[in-house]
Amino acid sequence: MAAPTTARPAPVATGRGRAVQPWGFAIREFRYWLTNYRRTWRGSVISSVLGPVLYLSAMGAGLGTLVNRHSSASLGGVTYLAFISPGLLAATAMQTGFGEGMYPVLGSVKWIQNYFAAAAGPLRPADVFRGHLMFVTLRLFMTCGIFLAVIAAFGAVRSPLVILALPAAVLTGLAFAPGLMAWSVTRTTDVSFAVLMRFVMVPLFLFSGTFFPISQLPGWLQPVAYVTPLWNGVALCRSLALGHADLGGTAVHVGYLLVLALAGCVAAQRTYTKRLYE
Amino acid sequence: MRARGLTKRFGDFTAVAGIDFGIARGEAFGFLGPNGAGKSSTMRMVGCVSPPSSGELTILGHDSVADGPAIRARLGVVPQENTLDIELTVRENLIVYGRYFGLPRAVIRERAASLLEFVQLSDRAEDQVEPLSGGMKRRLVIARSLINDPEILLLDEPTTGLDPQARHIVWDRLFRLKQRGVTLILTTHYMDEAEQLCDRLVVMDAGKIVTEGSPRQLIERYSTPEVLELRFDPSDHQQAAEKLVALQSALQSERQEVLADRVLIYTRNGDQALEAARALGVEPITSLARRSTLEDVFLRLTGRQLGD
Repeated sequence: MAAPTTARPAPVATGRGRAVQPWGFAIREFRYWLTNYRRTWRGSVISSVLGPVLYLSAMGAGLGTLVNRHSSASLGGVTYLAFISPGLLAATAMQTGFGEGMYPVLGSVKWIQNYFAAAAGPLRPADVFRGHLMFVTLRLFMTCGIFLAVIAAFGAVRSPLVILALPAAVLTGLAFAPGLMAWSVTRTTDVSFAVLMRFVMVPLFLFSGTFFPISQLPGWLQPVAYVTPLWNGVALCRSLALGHADLGGTAVHVGYLLVLALAGCVAAQRTYTKRLYE
Repeated sequence: MRARGLTKRFGDFTAVAGIDFGIARGEAFGFLGPNGAGKSSTMRMVGCVSPPSSGELTILGHDSVADGPAIRARLGVVPQENTLDIELTVRENLIVYGRYFGLPRAVIRERAASLLEFVQLSDRAEDQVEPLSGGMKRRLVIARSLINDPEILLLDEPTTGLDPQARHIVWDRLFRLKQRGVTLILTTHYMDEAEQLCDRLVVMDAGKIVTEGSPRQLIERYSTPEVLELRFDPSDHQQAAEKLVALQSALQSERQEVLADRVLIYTRNGDQALEAARALGVEPITSLARRSTLEDVFLRLTGRQLGD
């Protein structure tokens, strides 16, 4: 009968406060998610490619030929494909934020319970959250990066600044994900997830300037659109992709999205601690 | 480990009502009690994943609240629910868990292999966790809890829901760990489990510690050497019970407990008591003379059975 080795863990591993950097524990949780992802990455990459290909061919190439015949100044003088590509990029980032911020989090406390397994070791709830958020960020970079590549393949790139649309889109996703994670970790069932998708995500997707400029919305609705995180993300990505970004507008969009992301992080550290430590 | 006035409240409900206990290195210590007695809440505080509402808790020389991560790095935890990652393989579960402790890759690999050997799961190492039996999953959780070579192992109801054979395998492994000097702290509502594993235990009821001692001490203190269990036809049960109470001195019994389905007669010698009862015209359907167990201690202390 083999005996477990008797050597104690290396001193660095014990995590006595000062010995471990603030992010050291979070990286351990991040690595858990990487291991987990190894089983499913192929499928998720395929859908990350398929999604933009379908959207851009149906909307950009298909619907776009119709729109381009009546091309109006409100599209900013570009083809419909060039107009909606960055909008769809930001919207996809939002969807990824919703997808990663809801079911995997609930699963981690309810179905798989990997959060509790992690919290029984040296990791604190905040480490568990940060590590998972690192993985969500990686997923955002992947889906948005693939999306941008597909946009380029469709020949819809108008400006070298488009490369900055990648961090912009990731930031758009991060304006949603931490807050959703903060909320999802408090749930005991997934019934509210479908409601949130239907009544929050889908309206945002449709009315935040993704498919048409919000100047086309009724006057009273326009201010509502301006404060939605997705509109800020869409406007940011579009201004970068079409090369008409200005410093002031960019700063406002980035600042607004950053504030939302940070507020979500603050909330999540609290709700994670409450859920894992009660 | 030392607890002073340890209390846990959830809103108005007091789960643990100011308990004191001390556990020495290498000891096998049990929290025994029915469901809702406060055992699991105590275990979560000991596991540093539930801050006490009040009181002090010192583990391995550290304060449980201030030094949670440092203490948890030296604990092994077998939670009541398995919390295995059913989407990963048996071996991956151990490897992923080892990383939480920041162990080097080579150490994790080596320990995972020897721990799988230890819990007799080597031949299932590359299988998914989902189809494993309850006993195998439990053994895997135990293996996982040992990946950081813990000084203290916390086991919350280690064999609840397992069949008798699977329980005995788990007990055997835990006994080996105890032999190696690992401190075992467990909760259970099984008396036989406590008797098998614990050097010392506390009986908890309604958030308080009712008594403390070794299984043998507790039996000597609160029960008689033997117990005679008598079962009657349900229609005669009440009548027979009353008759037996009247015969207490004739049966030389110190105490009697009338349960819903049985009468327990606490006595020095169960067979003699049975003969005496028969001679006095008591006609049970079945009878059993047995040694006292912790179940009897619990019944004496709380007036209730553990399963209640």
